[in-house]
Formats: sequence, structure tokens, C-alpha cells
Amino acid sequence: MKNVDLSTTAVRELNQALHEQAKQLTEREWAVTHPAGQHNIAAGVDEALKIDIHGHAGYYCAGMNKKADVTIHGNVGVGVAENMMSGVVRVKGSASQSAGATAHGGLLVIEGDAGARCGISMKGVDIVVRGDAGHMSCFLGQAGRFVVCGDVGENLGDSLYEVHIYVKGKVKSLGSDCIEKEMRPEHLQELTELLARASVEEDPKAFRRYGSARQLYNFKVDNAHAY
Amino acid sequence: MCGIVGLYLKNKALEPKLGALFEPMLLSMTDRGPDSAGFAIYGDEVPDGTIKLTLQTQDEAFDWKTLVASLEKKLGQPIDWFQNATAAVLKTKAPEADVRTALAELAPTVHVMSVGQSIEILKGIGLPTEVTERFTLKKMKGSHIIGHTRMATESAVTMEGSHPFSTGADLCLVHNGSLSNHFLLRQDLRREGIVFETDNDSEVAAGYLTWRLRKGDTLAEALDGALQDLDGFFTFAIGTRDGFAVIRDPVACKPAVLAETDDYVAMASEYRAFATLPGIEDAKVWEPEPATLYVWERN
Repeated sequence: MKNVDLSTTAVRELNQALHEQAKQLTEREWAVTHPAGQHNIAAGVDEALKIDIHGHAGYYCAGMNKKADVTIHGNVGVGVAENMMSGVVRVKGSASQSAGATAHGGLLVIEGDAGARCGISMKGVDIVVRGDAGHMSCFLGQAGRFVVCGDVGENLGDSLYEVHIYVKGKVKSLGSDCIEKEMRPEHLQELTELLARASVEEDPKAFRRYGSARQLYNFKVDNAHAY
Repeated sequence: MCGIVGLYLKNKALEPKLGALFEPMLLSMTDRGPDSAGFAIYGDEVPDGTIKLTLQTQDEAFDWKTLVASLEKKLGQPIDWFQNATAAVLKTKAPEADVRTALAELAPTVHVMSVGQSIEILKGIGLPTEVTERFTLKKMKGSHIIGHTRMATESAVTMEGSHPFSTGADLCLVHNGSLSNHFLLRQDLRREGIVFETDNDSEVAAGYLTWRLRKGDTLAEALDGALQDLDGFFTFAIGTRDGFAVIRDPVACKPAVLAETDDYVAMASEYRAFATLPGIEDAKVWEPEPATLYVWERN
């Protein structure tokens, strides 16, 4: 186990040391202390490391993550796991806005609440929020699964493409082209597997499913006069 | 970009340490705003019938003593005062309008930063650490304080253009964001008699609130109006005599985070501004909802 104290080591040094593991995996487990809300902690990691951040992290924590398993024992700022490719990012506290933005793969678990625009433009990541998620969540979501165990703010899934959305609590409002859909057996199975993978104990049957009405995919000639 | 921070003490025993608790919060926002910084501190209240004015000039060698003597003569009222670096705090029973008229005549280069019974606004250009040291923030006492670190995007880096902006007696505003309709709004507000010193968009937001409050709106009504009439991005922190308020625009893309314990309520652009606060590990920490007003005030 390698310990890095961010009150005495710069984030840049930490990230460089993490990137150097790509050549030769000499230290698989890392513990980061005193993050004090600093930005870009463990960004761009591209090896199967296990990284524990003890405290609150700032913006873009574990951004662009590939393969690594990153746990933040605290809250995170804007854009946690943004553009993640693979691996697992787990936030023990709450996440600020744009969590998992544009992420292509991997699993993001937020055990507290997620702020606004969680999963904005997600492209294949799976996101599981144990608490509530803010407004404009899953905006422009293209692919992947988005699960919220609590409530969701306004305009969920606005301009949605193909993300499967599952919400247990209340949805304040649905965004343009997002509709409630039937929960079929294959969806229950998908959600059951996802909750298990996220280690979140919830009854899949208590969730409702939302998805794209696919009405915005093509230009409607009836609207031509508007331009 | 800009950084905003606020600290409201629920526990009166912490009041002597307000400046010391707040200084690291403001300094932690330096890379969000290295151009200029400022703060509005509330405390050292004057009794009803007396007003407190904070004046500031860029001239470090300014002769405050002579100015105060001339003011006393002109106003026919004694003035209790002290100097703090490039600022001076004056306490007098003379009416505000008379003081302003006399000041404009006697010292046109002196700016009135704030007027009220509790507020003192101190601000200037330079790194936040230069500004806090200039005014010895860490030794200041008070009940609550809001501050700002500025990264100017649309108007000049000047003392007048830095935040907080006064919006009336004991009221002030700090802003993170940018307004897109400030030009037209400024013209409208000028017709209503609001005076602007800069081309700054945030000053227009402050002028807007001043105008609404002058018309008799409550703070909540004025801020509700701001949600309708201001076009752009904003997170505002508003200092009042009894506390502070926080509001974000309906899209809420400018960051804000709040923390509350039994001892205090803190707000900041980013969590790291809280890292040095006592008991923050166990604080309730959350992000304010869009278009929702949050207010903490003493009863």
C-alpha cells in the first residue's frame, strides 16, 4: 500500500506517480489523505489500481478513468469520473454537478446525492445514485444505464437518446422527449444485476423505467416554418 | 470565473474569531479569482439614529484627518472615525444624503463603499492575500461576513469594479457568473435614478436589487424579481444586517456549496473553502437548488 499525503505532496506529483504505474505495476493499492477539496485528484489513471481517497475531493476527480477502482471517502466537486472509459468510481458522500459527464464506460456509484446534470451526455457508463439526483440529469444521454434510488429534479432525460433510466423515487418533471416506459422482465434483470454490481440493496420492482420517445431523432418537416 | 464565500456564525462565542476563520476561506478561492478581492463584514453595530460609512480611496497617502475635520464643520455633527489602510470608517448622526453631498464636494476621489449600522465593505485589486493583509482581516470580529475573489471577464480590474457591491443600507452583493442583459438593464435603472460607477455587470445586479428594495420590496421579492429580469448566469450571496442569503439562477451552472453545523453556516463556490473550518467533518454539506432562496438570519 502506497500512501500519499496531499498536504505535503502536490496533486500533479500524485497523478504523475499514478500514471507511471502504467509501465510496471509495482504498487497496486494507493491511499490518498488530506485531499482538502483539491481538483483533478487521480485524473487520467489508466491501469487497474485500487485508489482510496480519504476526505473530500474537488473538481474532475478520477476523470478519464480507465480500469482503476477509485473510492472517495467524502464528497466530490464538479465532474467526478467525467469521460470515464472503464473501471469503478465510488463516492461515499455526495457529488456536485455533472457527475459522470460524457463517460463512455465503467461504473459510477454515488452513495449520497448527485447535483445537477448528473450523467450529462453519458455515452455508455452505468451510474447508480443511492440518494437524489439534481435537475437536468441524464441530459442528452446517449448510452448506458442511469439509476436513481431517491428523487430526481426537473427535466430528467431531456433530449435523451438511448440511456435506460430507472428511478425509485419521485421525478419532478421529464425533459423533452423523455417518457415513462414499461418495465419488462429484461429490464428488471438488467436493474437487478446493476444494483448488485453497485452493492446497493434496493428492490428492483420498486423502480420505474424511463426512456426516449425517439421523436427528436429526425427533423420534422411540419416544423420547417419555424426556421 | 470568480470565487464567493460567506460565513455566518450561529455561535456568538466564535464572533471574536470571525476574521481568522474567514481569511483561509477567502484565500482558498485565489485561483478562482486572483485579480481583486473584497469582503463585507458585519459587526460593531452603531445605535439607531447613527450611521456607519465605509469610505475608500486608491491614494495611500490620503489625508483622512483633514477630510473628517472638514466634514464635521460642514455637517455640524461630530464624527467618530478610524482609518484602516486605504479605507476609513465614519460614524455620525448626520443624515446619509448630507454626508454624500458633502463628500462629493470635499473629496470627489473618495468612494462610499457601504452605509448602514453594521456593514463595512473593504475591497481592492491584487491577490486576495494582499487585500486581506492590507485590511488585517484576520483580526476582525463580527457576526457574519461575505467575500469575493475576482477573475474579471467583462470589465476593468479596478477597486470600484471589485466585489462586494453595496445595494443599500447594510446590504451587499457578491456575484459569480455573467449577465447578458446588463447593458439594457443599466439604461433602464439609470432612468430610475440608480447611479453606476463602472461597466461591471455585477454592479447592475446590485443596482437592480437596490432599486427593487427602494421601491419597498422585501429581499425575497427583490430576488424573485432578479430571477425574472436578470438574463445570464449567477450565484449570488447577499449580506444583510442580520445574516446572509444565497440564490442561484434557474440553470445553476455556477457552483455553490453550503455547509451547516451547530456553530455556523458557510457558503462557498467550492468545498475546499470549507476545509479549514472547525467541525467541518461532521457538517451537513449540500448544494443549493436552482432558483431557490436560502436565508439565514438572526431572530
